[in-house]
Amino acid sequence: MELFTNIGLNHYLTISALLFGFGLFAVMTRKNAIVILMGVELILNAANINFLAFSKFNGGMEGVMFSLFVIVLAAAEAAIALAIVINIFKLFKSVDVSSIDTMKE
Amino acid sequence: MNNATYIGIFYIFAAITVFSAAFVVFSKNVIYSAFALLFTFFGAAALYVFLSADFIAVTQVVVYVGGILVLLLFGVMFTNTIMKPDMKTDVLHVVPGTLLLVATVGGLLFTFYTTGSWKPSDVQLQGSVVERIGFETMSRYVLPFEMASILLLAALIGAAFLARYDKVRNNEQ
Repeated sequence: MELFTNIGLNHYLTISALLFGFGLFAVMTRKNAIVILMGVELILNAANINFLAFSKFNGGMEGVMFSLFVIVLAAAEAAIALAIVINIFKLFKSVDVSSIDTMKE
Repeated sequence: MNNATYIGIFYIFAAITVFSAAFVVFSKNVIYSAFALLFTFFGAAALYVFLSADFIAVTQVVVYVGGILVLLLFGVMFTNTIMKPDMKTDVLHVVPGTLLLVATVGGLLFTFYTTGSWKPSDVQLQGSVVERIGFETMSRYVLPFEMASILLLAALIGAAFLARYDKVRNNEQ
């Protein structure tokens, strides 16, 4: 019962691994570009949980600072990606990533 | 620290995070995915509080829920016909995707739980980190901080340039 009564590093790593796996699954299997972006956000959140967990149990501030920068980068990434998706929608009238095949022979 | 209430609340938030993340991924409706993502972000923010990173938790709520999620919802609304009853998203490569999911999660968990134990430091993070984040930002991390501001400016200009209403092209059509 030690595993369930003592919240340690492995608990956070498990949650983070599950979030990462789900994000990867969304990026791989979805056709809608917006849902792919949601998968990327899940992956970034998983990385953040890892950073903060290791920072907590190491006692340093490195992980905390890095997770702050990860959030900043995620905001920039979401803004640019949404702009690109809206442009794709203007051109192709669809955000289905498998229908955008103009450069395919 | 390790009393029953603490552990119960941890497991509740962990379950909220994981199950809403699963709903984001496995739901066919884009709007449902977006609203499930809200609960994932809140659950992650609660986990950050457990990791004594209260400032990051507040930033998570402000930036992710207040900014990125609203942006994603804008994207959903812009790129789907609202009147169309089914805002469905199709899937492709389900079998390789599932294999990748199982392999990644299984491999990671197997590694975490079989290769010895972690050696946490004696001095763990305690209490609030707001003051220490202020000190770190203005001393060790002042260069990344400034770089982040330049990056955000570039992203702002780039996003505005990419998504603006194109008058010239519209007139040509």
